[in-house]
Amino acid sequence: MGMSRINSTKTSPSYSIIRHAKDKLGQIAVWTLLATLLVFLAIKLFQSSLGPVRSGTPPDFTLTTFSGQTYTLSELKGQIVIVNFWASWCDPCKAEAADLEMIWHDYKDRDVLLLGIDYADTKDEALTYLSTWNITYPNGPDVGTRISQSYRIRGVPETYIVTQDGLLAKSFIGPTSYENIAVILEALLDK
Amino acid sequence: MVKTWVTRQFLFSMFVTCMLFGSLGNVLAQDNSPTDDEVNAISKQLYCPVCESIPLDACGTQACIQWRDTIREKLSAGWSEEEIKQYFSNQYGVRVLAEPPIKGFNKLLWYLPPFSLLIGSLLVIRLLAKTRTNLNTLDSGISNIDNADRYVDRIENELKQWE
Repeated sequence: MGMSRINSTKTSPSYSIIRHAKDKLGQIAVWTLLATLLVFLAIKLFQSSLGPVRSGTPPDFTLTTFSGQTYTLSELKGQIVIVNFWASWCDPCKAEAADLEMIWHDYKDRDVLLLGIDYADTKDEALTYLSTWNITYPNGPDVGTRISQSYRIRGVPETYIVTQDGLLAKSFIGPTSYENIAVILEALLDK
Repeated sequence: MVKTWVTRQFLFSMFVTCMLFGSLGNVLAQDNSPTDDEVNAISKQLYCPVCESIPLDACGTQACIQWRDTIREKLSAGWSEEEIKQYFSNQYGVRVLAEPPIKGFNKLLWYLPPFSLLIGSLLVIRLLAKTRTNLNTLDSGISNIDNADRYVDRIENELKQWE
């Protein structure tokens, strides 16, 4: 008797409607989950394929130098900011070290600020590097590699020149020279 | 006789003295610097962002050599493995850890694969069950056709008898 009641319930139209609805909901949930996962993966792939920042407003950051001074890019509007990513273990960085110091020496009194960002480095070696190359412009570690990640750098050295209006004027991927930077600075200072 | 005894005693005391100072020398030569194995045990749990997918213990770049030296320094200073990993995580970001901590968005890395496997298995089981049901329905359909044929044969036979 009981069994036949169960069987009759299972074959009733309302039971089949509920079961059908449950199946549909399950399918919708699985497909939604898969779609979310695919969208997430697509976004991550897109972000990784973007490459370094090339134009527009560069990502803002706050750098605390080895000597304890703090610089926030968005608060430096009105002056040209050169952002240089480097590391003590990086040989190409040594090729441009003297040129960057010369740029700082020649332009620091003309509203140009040069900031060195030390990427994935150890403090002692970084300080030795700065002392070896007589670097006097502000330098600080990229704590948590947050700044380099926001600029999506591919390696070091990389140099970014930010205009007085806070826009990216030029980026150099790989080592650069005094002449390359000076041309951009002169053009921006003449405006 | 006495001379020999004195000589023996002298030689014996010299030997004991040498042994003592020799062993003392060895003790003094030892220091608290960690072994390469101890450094590598932590290094293999870290990845430097410069050389992707290569653990620190297997990487030969200058950056990784510097990082391993830092591990050695921290171990010499008495830091624990967890403290050193935390230091590297703070200094260079969570991405340097071989095993990211199970918190925040990182939970996805730990829970998504088994969850996907579970969902996938359920889908396969469900699909198999559905296929089996369809086959059964088909079988029963076939047996009904067989029955029908038998009935058709019987009717035809009876009709022949009537004729």
